[in-house]
Amino acid sequence: MQLLITGILLGSVYAIVAMGLSLQYGVARIMNLASGEMLVAGAFAAFWVVMAHGLDPYLSLFFVVPGAFVFNAVVYRYLLLPLVMRAKTRGQLEVDSILVTFGLSFALVGLFLIIFGGQFFNYSYLSLPVELMGSRFGLNRIVAFFVAVLICGGLWYWINNTRQGMAIRAVSVDPRAAGLVAIDVQRVSTFAFALGGAVAATGGVLLSTFLTFDASVGIVFTLKALIIVIMGGVGDMRGAIIAALVLGMTETLVARLIDPGLTLAAAYFLFVLVLLFRPQGLLGKRTS
Amino acid sequence: MTRQEIIVIVSVTIGFIVLAFVPQLPNSSAVLSFMIPIVMYTVLATSWAIFSGPTRYISLATAAFYGMGAYMVAPLLEIIPYWMILPVAAAAGAVLAALVGLATLRLSGVYFVIFTLGLAEMIRQLVTWYQNNFSGTRGNYVFTNIDDAQIYWQLLALALLVYLVGWLINRSKLGFAIRIIGNDELVARHSGINTAWSKIALFMVSGAFAAVVGVMMAPRFVYIEPSMAFNPEVSFLVVIMALLGGVNRLWGPLAGAIPFALVWELIASNFPAQTVLLMGVAFLLVVFYIPQGVSGLLTHWYARAAHKGRVPHG
Repeated sequence: MQLLITGILLGSVYAIVAMGLSLQYGVARIMNLASGEMLVAGAFAAFWVVMAHGLDPYLSLFFVVPGAFVFNAVVYRYLLLPLVMRAKTRGQLEVDSILVTFGLSFALVGLFLIIFGGQFFNYSYLSLPVELMGSRFGLNRIVAFFVAVLICGGLWYWINNTRQGMAIRAVSVDPRAAGLVAIDVQRVSTFAFALGGAVAATGGVLLSTFLTFDASVGIVFTLKALIIVIMGGVGDMRGAIIAALVLGMTETLVARLIDPGLTLAAAYFLFVLVLLFRPQGLLGKRTS
Repeated sequence: MTRQEIIVIVSVTIGFIVLAFVPQLPNSSAVLSFMIPIVMYTVLATSWAIFSGPTRYISLATAAFYGMGAYMVAPLLEIIPYWMILPVAAAAGAVLAALVGLATLRLSGVYFVIFTLGLAEMIRQLVTWYQNNFSGTRGNYVFTNIDDAQIYWQLLALALLVYLVGWLINRSKLGFAIRIIGNDELVARHSGINTAWSKIALFMVSGAFAAVVGVMMAPRFVYIEPSMAFNPEVSFLVVIMALLGGVNRLWGPLAGAIPFALVWELIASNFPAQTVLLMGVAFLLVVFYIPQGVSGLLTHWYARAAHKGRVPHG
């Protein structure tokens, strides 16, 4: 039971990170390998707010969200849009965007290393035990869980029930057809990419309240987010949330029962299972 | 064989013979210390391009193969002589590549990229876990009497082999199949090519070479630790060098590895704190401004110059 709840608490934060990536990959069609670095940027911002000013890490969201949004909008507009224009085929765009975001991720890690250095970071925040169904959990994790649920729920509602959300869904289904019904595809894509980056950074703020991190940890989260997105089925938010919870629980299970150093191997194990048995995603339908 | 091919073969052979005499130079240890990385990255980047060039499946897993090769030297030295480790590592690299390929190459390229992205890191975790729990040590000493000159000669021979294999693949049915797959996978499938197996076979070749390079480099480390062997920087540098050189010609990665390895030495010694940032920026510059690579540019200029020199007809 304790493992189950710990897994859900962790999975909820993964769900946010995966939603950010899903917006970038599903809508803007950019497989962003630098997504994990946005997360690390959020974590550093929260760390800075706590250590330098002694404030609540969640206050950092007030500048992390707009900051990451603007940064990602600029990245999309000036780094990725030229590639979208240049690419003759979807495959070409995929290769180019993978390469550029891979380079970007290294450049960002380099920046973090210069600014913060290579050591591990953590801070203590609400590390009080809370009794829940007979077991104890850190209050920080429970707070992160509720914030994650709030954000996921908000995004979910916004995408499914508003006009802009509909435009986003339309572009994700077919960018060309979306253009035909008077949707400004470029603007929607930029917006989705920027929003995805902001969501990923928010995930970083949440994670930093209970996990230790360092400058180069981003790639691991990029990988986990990618695995979640694939596992859930590209563009399928429901699937992604379920996949995130599954990954959270599997990791917790492996960490507790075998070794905490094997979490990535656990993620890979799930990934291989998905690739072998359900490459279309957990809830997806087999296409051909 | 055409006349042009004979000229190429003769000049390549002469080139390799000349290079083989480098360790005889006075003051050769300094020369070797930058020649070894160049040859090493040339082999890695060329074998990377043999697979990723025509298929356009970006492999970010070079460090996984390289690290595996480097890491197996110490434990295997206790059982078998050094030279036997080379074929064992090649086989192990091919098997690992086949496993990765079986899981991902039957599907779209995205899965492959994601899988390779974390492969080195995952293997590092597994090795560390194994050593922490079962062997008690975190890392291994590699004691051999192999010196830098011998490492250099081995790498040089491997470079010759990688060119030979690349050239043979280009001429073979497999190479033809792969070029069709790279142009349009659907067309390839409809003309009866087993696309998954062709890709897997090529990836196995690429993985085997990277693993052997790892074995050859291991004696230089003396002490090998998982985080050194499975260093993601290797994957990154290989991709950037191959792209800089251009992946559509067999000699392309060479044209990238030489200048980049030299510049890299300068950067690493002058700006040790900023290497990662500069590496990322260099990568972005290459992708944006030299998408065809140096070899693409050269071929383009050569074609234009040849075109100008010709007397117009009519």
